[in-house]
Amino acid sequence: MYLALFFLFAAFAIAGAVNLLVQSHPINSALSLIVVMTSLAILYLLLGAEFLAAAQVIVYSGAVMVLFTFVIMLLNAGREEHTLGSRAARAIGFPAVVVILGVLASVVLRARGLTANGIQQGVTTTEELSRVLFRELLLPFEVTSVLILIAILGAVALARRGSGESEAGQ
Amino acid sequence: MSSALSQGVPLSAYLLLSAVLFALGVVGFLIKRNLITVFLSIELMLNAVNLSFVTFACQWHAVKGQIFVFFVMMVAAAEAAVGLAIIIAVYRARATLSVDRIDLMKL
Amino acid sequence: MNASLHLWLIPLAPFAGFVLNGLLGSRLPRWFTTSVGLLAPLVSFVVVINSIRAFTGAAQLPYVETCPHPWISVGSLHIDFSLVLDQLSLVMLLVITGVGFLIHIYSVGYMRGDPGYARYFSFLNLFLFFMSTLVLAGNALVLFVGWEGVGLASYLLIGFWFQRDVAANAGKKAFIVNRVGDFGFLIGIFLLLSNFGTLAFSEISAKLAGNPAWQGGALTLICLCLLFGAAGKSAQLPLYVWLPDAMEGPTPVSALIHAATMVTAGVYLVARTHFLFDHAPAALAVIAVVGAATAIFAAAMGLVQNDIKRVLAYSTISQLGYMFLACGVAAYSAAIFHLVTHAFFKALLFLAAGSVIHALGGEQDLRKMGGLRKKIPITFWTMTAAVFAIAGFFPFSGFFSKDAILYAAFLSGRNGQILWFVGLVTALLTSFYMFRLWYMAFFGEARSPDVHPHESPWSMLAPLVILAVLSIGGGWVGAERFGAFLAPSVGEHAALSTIPHLELILSIVAVLVALEGWLIADKLYRRRPERAAQWAAALPWGYKILLNKFYVDEFYSAVLVKPLLAVSKFFLDWVVDKGILGGFAWLLAGIATYAGMILQRWQSGNLRSYAAWLAAAAAVLLLFLLIPWHADWAASLHIILKGAGAER
Repeated sequence: MYLALFFLFAAFAIAGAVNLLVQSHPINSALSLIVVMTSLAILYLLLGAEFLAAAQVIVYSGAVMVLFTFVIMLLNAGREEHTLGSRAARAIGFPAVVVILGVLASVVLRARGLTANGIQQGVTTTEELSRVLFRELLLPFEVTSVLILIAILGAVALARRGSGESEAGQ
Repeated sequence: MSSALSQGVPLSAYLLLSAVLFALGVVGFLIKRNLITVFLSIELMLNAVNLSFVTFACQWHAVKGQIFVFFVMMVAAAEAAVGLAIIIAVYRARATLSVDRIDLMKL
Repeated sequence: MNASLHLWLIPLAPFAGFVLNGLLGSRLPRWFTTSVGLLAPLVSFVVVINSIRAFTGAAQLPYVETCPHPWISVGSLHIDFSLVLDQLSLVMLLVITGVGFLIHIYSVGYMRGDPGYARYFSFLNLFLFFMSTLVLAGNALVLFVGWEGVGLASYLLIGFWFQRDVAANAGKKAFIVNRVGDFGFLIGIFLLLSNFGTLAFSEISAKLAGNPAWQGGALTLICLCLLFGAAGKSAQLPLYVWLPDAMEGPTPVSALIHAATMVTAGVYLVARTHFLFDHAPAALAVIAVVGAATAIFAAAMGLVQNDIKRVLAYSTISQLGYMFLACGVAAYSAAIFHLVTHAFFKALLFLAAGSVIHALGGEQDLRKMGGLRKKIPITFWTMTAAVFAIAGFFPFSGFFSKDAILYAAFLSGRNGQILWFVGLVTALLTSFYMFRLWYMAFFGEARSPDVHPHESPWSMLAPLVILAVLSIGGGWVGAERFGAFLAPSVGEHAALSTIPHLELILSIVAVLVALEGWLIADKLYRRRPERAAQWAAALPWGYKILLNKFYVDEFYSAVLVKPLLAVSKFFLDWVVDKGILGGFAWLLAGIATYAGMILQRWQSGNLRSYAAWLAAAAAVLLLFLLIPWHADWAASLHIILKGAGAER
């Protein structure tokens, strides 16, 4: 059963990613990405990370992607135009991607020592996670919250009307 | 049947999926012309990496792997907020979201 | 021995004068320049006079002063700054500082009003510094310093009025021809060093004295190299071409440098290194031949010159030929004797010529002079003394010294007699052209009637008078006593003759010859001046060749100068300068420019190309990190093809 679930949601994830590439309107791409993220949440669950699955849905697809959607709607971004593009991107970029994929894949496939079986090993409980998080890694946790505060301030300062030089459009 | 169904998923499959998603994210980063879509591809890449982290955390039963994913999510959220604010500012200055049109450092 | 003689003051006082006048002279009033300019040679002269007492007591000679700090001390090579005073250098110093001082006094009057007054005196003092260094040198390298230095001073003073192209070119010519000779001198120094291991004259002399069988061969080569250098400095064949051109300089300069002192440096060198030449008879023969040839060659060219200073220039070359002839027959003391008397009467001739030029307001062409006898009497009488001295009449100084040379030449074998004959003919020519000059300048009618000649100021006349006295009486010390005095430094070369009264007979012959020259000049230039032009017309080719100085300058120009210029222009300018060096610079600039143009494309501002390069870099990183590379290519290729991570 887990194998079937895996293949199903892996297929969803890949389909969503490919759709992200194929669609021309950004809103469609954003919605596809939500599909990918939700599939990934299921996959986390299959790997026994229940808290992370929940966090993925709540934070990523629930907050971050919504933010993306709001910005797309705010800016009224239309369909992509067909511009000249970049020869360098195609000439150098695609081979690079192929190389990256090839190297990673070959390393992964040849690797030995990956013996675990996912959720059958046992689920990592939230209690276990929080025990480590709030004891050993308390300082990074607090620092992260400060980081988020700074990010909020930065975003407000940047997106405020009147910041930046000229006002074009809108 | 139950033996086939209860057969676990080899972890290398997850890693392979992560590699494929990452590659797709890079491709999107390269070929997409809208600034926001490029940003979306970056998020896809981050997610792919998260998947591999969780896989390894499962392999070695290291909770810290999952905590790292937690932090990655936080930082990605902050990054998304600031990045979108920048995109808004750029849009206000340039009135375009096309990557090819935004090629000067000076706004 | 008693107190130190402070020889170092002799060169250093003029050097201080050079520095003071050079730096401050043009800013301060003229009396400052004059005082400093005159004080320096006076100090040197006084120190020289003072050092005579070293020769009177039971002093140890030669007197050596060495700087305590060695100059070069590398391995086995050890060279000091050493000043040596012996009879030879004393005689030279008396001439240099004495006649030099007189010429400095003369210059005060001659150069009055010239804008470069301070520069003139500083250069003149510089020359004295180098010349005294040359003469006092205890080793060949210090001598070379002085040698080069006088060449430099000569260049500076010949081209003194550098705004005139002719003068500047003459200065260059002098320096370059000197350099050619100096090249030979340098080779000689190197050979000396390699053969003797030292450059100090005393040490070389001692080594040769202890090894009397060492003759010829390497020593001849050394001597010939030194001779080449001396020929350059003393204007002998083939390096004499600079001296006539050097007359572009002010007349006192011609008197001091190109008559009395610098040009005699070559003779001094041969006398100083006589111990080398004594062991190389072949070189001595060459010197004698060169000297005699130069003497007659130059005298021939002087026969028809029309510029008063050019006549004197060729006369100087000819008299220097006499001195070299004397050295060639190993009569070094006779050569030095003639050097001294020549300094007196040649300096006087030049200074008097300067006085004539000054009187006529700058006219130097003999054809435009005439009838000056009554108008500038003091100049006339002093010049007369000099003319008689150079012609070799008894009892003037030239008689004694020239006779000593001719006598020594006659006694040195059959070839010596040929040389004697050449010297005799030269004496005839000398007498002729000097009296020609005398007649053309002072007798007859004034050929430029609108110029009113006036006598020179006393600052110019006083040295003339003093030098006239010396020209008349300077030879009375006699060649034998002079030779005896100089013997400790130049060796004893007593010439004995089997024929009784030979010397007397030869002297009478010489005087008769000089008289004949006078009579011919008298006939051509006083009694019937038009005869001179008729004689010239009768031999047009001969006259033309002589007037154009045997076309030697043209020959050098065609053979040496023009090819060198062509090489410079076409090879060095086009090929090396513009081609190689310019091309190299262009190449570097081109590389930078093109590299810049290529690299510029990277900074396009295009986000997607940046992204592509990022991805490429990431791919490369992954390749290097994840694949276990091996040291040899084959194994690595194997791993790549079989898939990475095989070991993991």
